[in-house]
Amino acid sequence: MRNKLLLLFVFCFILKSNISYSLVEIDITRGNLDPLPISVSPFFADEISKEKIKKNLDVDNLGLEISKVIENNLRKTGLFDTLDKESFLQKPDIAHLKPRFEDWALIKSQVLITGKVTSKIINEKDYIRIEFKLWDVLGAKMVDGFSLTTVPTNWRRVGHKISDKVYERLTGESGYFDTRIIYVAEEGPKTQRVKKLAIMDQDGFNTKYLTLGNELVLTPRFNPTNQMVTYLSYFRNMPRVYLLDIETGKQEVVGDFPGMTFAPRFSPDGKKIIMSLAKDGNSEIWVRNLETNIQEKLTDHPSIDTSPSYSPDGKFITFNSDRSGYQQIYVMRSDGTKVKRISFGKGIYGTPVWSPRGDLIAFTKLHKGKFFIGVMRTDGTGERLLTENFYQEAPSWSPNGRIIIFYRETKTDEKGQGFSAKLWSIDLTGYNERLVSTETDASDPSWSSLLGN
Amino acid sequence: MNLSKILKNAFLVVIFGLIVTACATKKSVKTTTESSTTTKAAETQKADPIEKLDALMQGDVYIGTDTVGELASGVPDRVFFATNETILTTASRETLRKQAAWLRQNSDVTVVVEGHADERGTREYNLALGERRANAAKDYLMTYGVSSDRIKVLSYGKERPVDSGSNPLSWSKNRRSVTVKAN
Repeated sequence: MRNKLLLLFVFCFILKSNISYSLVEIDITRGNLDPLPISVSPFFADEISKEKIKKNLDVDNLGLEISKVIENNLRKTGLFDTLDKESFLQKPDIAHLKPRFEDWALIKSQVLITGKVTSKIINEKDYIRIEFKLWDVLGAKMVDGFSLTTVPTNWRRVGHKISDKVYERLTGESGYFDTRIIYVAEEGPKTQRVKKLAIMDQDGFNTKYLTLGNELVLTPRFNPTNQMVTYLSYFRNMPRVYLLDIETGKQEVVGDFPGMTFAPRFSPDGKKIIMSLAKDGNSEIWVRNLETNIQEKLTDHPSIDTSPSYSPDGKFITFNSDRSGYQQIYVMRSDGTKVKRISFGKGIYGTPVWSPRGDLIAFTKLHKGKFFIGVMRTDGTGERLLTENFYQEAPSWSPNGRIIIFYRETKTDEKGQGFSAKLWSIDLTGYNERLVSTETDASDPSWSSLLGN
Repeated sequence: MNLSKILKNAFLVVIFGLIVTACATKKSVKTTTESSTTTKAAETQKADPIEKLDALMQGDVYIGTDTVGELASGVPDRVFFATNETILTTASRETLRKQAAWLRQNSDVTVVVEGHADERGTREYNLALGERRANAAKDYLMTYGVSSDRIKVLSYGKERPVDSGSNPLSWSKNRRSVTVKAN
């Protein structure tokens, strides 16, 4: 059940604007107070291509579907107001050739995306070629665009790549749409949950289940450099950290430890895994080098030390420990020296996760019976709580460090009914909180890096 | 078991008791001081339903009998903990002494001590906490003469609650270690 990914992405950047500066720009540090009106025209396909694509994919109007993928991505950022296609005055093929900017300005669109889909045969195999252009309506010019050729089944990813390009061009930050989320899919009563590893595209499509649910699985995390995943499995009632190659389905235990290993996370270079080892009532943080197979203990304290996460430069590790009496957040050098507590606010702090930008640590906080997701600087200053609820935890950063995904559980009623676990996302600004749709209940999300070609 | 061993164990128990009492005082966790408290509490429960919660929890440690199974006839299978704590209460120690006595008589039995936490903590911390609780029970069983190779520990963190409620009483039932026969 390999999600055969991408294969042939021939990038040919075309028609790149010789003016490298766009008039349209969005400041994404302020939240979503003033979303930018944008039109995503259905991508045009000629009749022959349409028929061929329908035969291949059973999709009637692929051009329209791709435009919807882009539209959906952009709308969910909270930064864009995607205008209703019903209001568009110009036909997709002509708009793509040369938009009548007055027509788009009339419906208050500041930005226009157009595109074209063509079917192609290379070495007797079917491919699709997709061309896209980004237009500045007020400036009356094209500001970006590219075309690429890929196998037809990759069409959603093409939509994500275009979304990333648009986002980058208009915000100045790298995108996060051509990414996937690995999580734990949950079903069944609260006292007997069946949990499976699942993976889906960032927008909730293409869900695949990676385990069968025969054993409890928890806390999957992506390798930031490839499509490997580390997670905790209760296979044979021996809770251990595992490594899973999601391309081949091959999995193996990480290391040889005399007790439960848990809370795994990769180092930024993907070559090491940090985790906790619990033995004789004490949990310490260990690191295992996957290339040399050398494993080393990093903390040495009779308290619970867990939930470690590397800084993006690999020089530091943040973790939580109850050595002060309650769970608090600590930072140490990656060799285990210079341990320093950084959380001093009211309440209990856990699950610190270093931002991919390096300047912030996301965390879960429990205070007065409520759970918060928040961020603080790496020295513990500037604490900012983004969202409050009955129960939520396990923040994971989007690869550009702008969004945090986490899971939230509901309170049950007097009869113990009504339990659910869902994924949610929120902007670093504290705005734009959204339910992330999943086929089943879900927890423990981890966001992949951009997938590349 | 020879006399010196028994004496040694008795000594360990006294020391352990002192430590537990000291810790309990320091962290101001209420522990049951007499085993009869449980019985009294159960009676109160019948007499006055309004007092129900008080009768089922001491501090925030569950002292009721709902969900409690048997490791063997007359030997309860589980003990309960205060929030974020791994200290064994007087009642817990009594239960574990019964388990140890039964295990000494049935020397072919091996057990798994499962450690659990309530849902009011982060998943990873709770895995560690469950392991700590299971080991607290295991250590006590060992003190009473059960050899360590007969006891495995397995932490479930908050993954296997017995009570699906979202209230202090439900949580108190879920903060537990359960001794389960493994063979």
